[in-house]
Amino acid sequence: MTTFTDPPAESFKLSMLVYDTRYRSITFQILALVAVLLLFGWLTMNTAQNLNDLGKEPSFGFLGESAGYDINQRLIDYSSQSTHLRAAFVGLLNTLLVAAMGCATATVIGVIVGVLRLSGNWLVARLMTVYVEIFRNVPVLMWIVLCMAILIEAMPAPSAFRGDNPDATMKLFDTIAITNRGVYIPEPLFSRSLGNLHIGTAFDISINLLAILFVLGVSLWIARDITRRANAKQEATGLRPRTWHTRLAVIVLPTAILLAFLGFHLGYPELKGFNFAGGTYMRNSLIALWLALSLYTAAFIAEIVRAGILAISTGQTEAAAALGLRGNRIMSLVVLPQAMRVIIPPLISQYLNLTKNSSLAIAVGYMDITGTLMGITLNQTGRELETVLLGMLVYLTISLIISGVMNWYNNRVKLVER
Amino acid sequence: MNKTVFLGALTVAGLAAGIAGAATLDDVKARGKLNCGVTTGLVGFAAPDANGEWTGFDVGICRAVAAAVLGDPKAVEFVPTTGKTRFTALASGEVDLLARNTTWTFSRDVDLKFTFIGINYYDGQGFMVPKALGVSSAKELDGATVCIQTGTTTELNLADYFRKNNMNYEPVPIETNAEAQQQFLAGACDVYTTDASGLAATRATFENPADYVLLPEIISKEPLGPLVRHGDDEWADINMWTLNALISAEELGVTSANAADMAAAPGNNPEINRLLGTEGSLGAMFGLSDDWAKNAILAGGNYGELFEKNIGENTPIGLARGLNAQWTEGGLIYSPPFR
Repeated sequence: MTTFTDPPAESFKLSMLVYDTRYRSITFQILALVAVLLLFGWLTMNTAQNLNDLGKEPSFGFLGESAGYDINQRLIDYSSQSTHLRAAFVGLLNTLLVAAMGCATATVIGVIVGVLRLSGNWLVARLMTVYVEIFRNVPVLMWIVLCMAILIEAMPAPSAFRGDNPDATMKLFDTIAITNRGVYIPEPLFSRSLGNLHIGTAFDISINLLAILFVLGVSLWIARDITRRANAKQEATGLRPRTWHTRLAVIVLPTAILLAFLGFHLGYPELKGFNFAGGTYMRNSLIALWLALSLYTAAFIAEIVRAGILAISTGQTEAAAALGLRGNRIMSLVVLPQAMRVIIPPLISQYLNLTKNSSLAIAVGYMDITGTLMGITLNQTGRELETVLLGMLVYLTISLIISGVMNWYNNRVKLVER
Repeated sequence: MNKTVFLGALTVAGLAAGIAGAATLDDVKARGKLNCGVTTGLVGFAAPDANGEWTGFDVGICRAVAAAVLGDPKAVEFVPTTGKTRFTALASGEVDLLARNTTWTFSRDVDLKFTFIGINYYDGQGFMVPKALGVSSAKELDGATVCIQTGTTTELNLADYFRKNNMNYEPVPIETNAEAQQQFLAGACDVYTTDASGLAATRATFENPADYVLLPEIISKEPLGPLVRHGDDEWADINMWTLNALISAEELGVTSANAADMAAAPGNNPEINRLLGTEGSLGAMFGLSDDWAKNAILAGGNYGELFEKNIGENTPIGLARGLNAQWTEGGLIYSPPFR
């Protein structure tokens, strides 16, 4: 005969919420959540109450009013009669422009410096160390201001180009003018225009540009196909056909023919009135911001690249060398592809940092989204809450898009594991 | 992530909305100091001198209000603000009074919710160019690069003026007067535009002021005045009547030199006696001592004295009284009666 009794049914006591490890963590999490929500609620209430007291109900109506101020660097049509929304958009494009230029340049400099820091050449390696340490240990704002000051003080004013015996002359066969207001470079012009594509009523895109991008895209796709065929042939026969000349032709010729058809020519800057006219004008503020952000972020990227390379065991390099590969081939075929999966995640953060740091643009008067929406618009309309919220939303969106794209790329290059 | 950002935004907004609406006079008295918003440095209007003491025409208003309210012209905490930060500073309660050559406009009064307590300088927007540029009129500035302080009315006037005259220009946005000076002197901009008084003050600090000229065109009305937040009428009254006291004092011939004597031995001019608190008790009506106006006048002198000492013709800035003369002398400076 066996007498089993069920274990006594557990009665739940309130004290168990604190003393029982099964419940304790949940209890504290709920408490914390409630506290956060309360704080959140209090802040909202407080803000709403205070704004109400001031008689300023949140409203985004100001975005439709005319801005009234001018912006110097604009990638789309804009005049002082345009709306605040459009001014914000001009600023957004300026932010994206400097962020894209900065990310590209920082990556190039960063990879080169990172690889050179591991160079066997003592002098080169030490020079790169000095560069990295100097740039990443001084706040980026200082670099931005310094770059601007150098550009303003060291370069000649446009008036120095004037007269029969000018103090300053244009560089590179009279095609580039470097002044203390910015750099004027030749601009691409077309004598035949295919017209503009209207998106809604607000935006026009040149069909010329779209056509060139389309042709270039198709060319690149074909070139890739040629490479793929060459790879297949190499796999099958062990011999790699020579393809570089066909690829080059496929990429260059169609675009060149299209450009010729459109009547492509360069417009050169020339001195007219107070300033140079014609050509593409890269303002001091853009150059200073771009340079400073690139050099600063490149120092971090260099360290990331170095870490990525060092993460690949020397056995790999030695094995590759034993197979008879040369140094640069070892780097590009064996080390870098593996290093990439170590490099990319921290690289994402650097891109995000650079983009967010671009909001320091106001220090040099670069009209990015911080300068337009959260600067002048805020000041002229007095809508602090609305503009700052919008601005944060914009930066959040940009950052999430960058993360998304980089994560997608990371998934492509990461080690496939089973 | 979303939540964090939103929380951050609300914190900012919460702080910005801050303590607006409270009784400012009580706050100032409890604090024992007046928080006064001024420029980051515009010689003659507000700039620290060699000893780090703030001096200038706008600073004089701050000191007069501090003297009227607290009895001590030194009880002022000066908060330097840029054209961009000034309104946030005032709206958030960081400063009690903004005396920063700010133009009185409809939208600032109505939309930004500020009360202008009067006009202490009638100004207009002008242009300064290097003499070497050979320009004699603003109409010849087509295509010029113009340094302009962001977040100001001058920025909007500039856009309007060039549009009206069908001219192009390249704006170089800058934050502070010092930045503008650097860019202008280096030739990074051809023209510097702001209020004519500000241009004169800036030019006075140049190494060779004679190499620069102000163009004859004045393209806007810029009535500059101190301002406070909407919603505290008593505080607005105190500031307004302090400014009026300085103006009336000049009209009535009360100066920092004779105010103390006139208060000690009241004469037979009832308006002077009411102003100096020896007859009636105007001060008590808004919660101040009866000698508030005397203290304000003793702080830095009456309106005329402040003008002459800081920006007048005997200073390097050398501004004539012009529109800013008393109404009895053909100017626009006019105070309602003390009665």
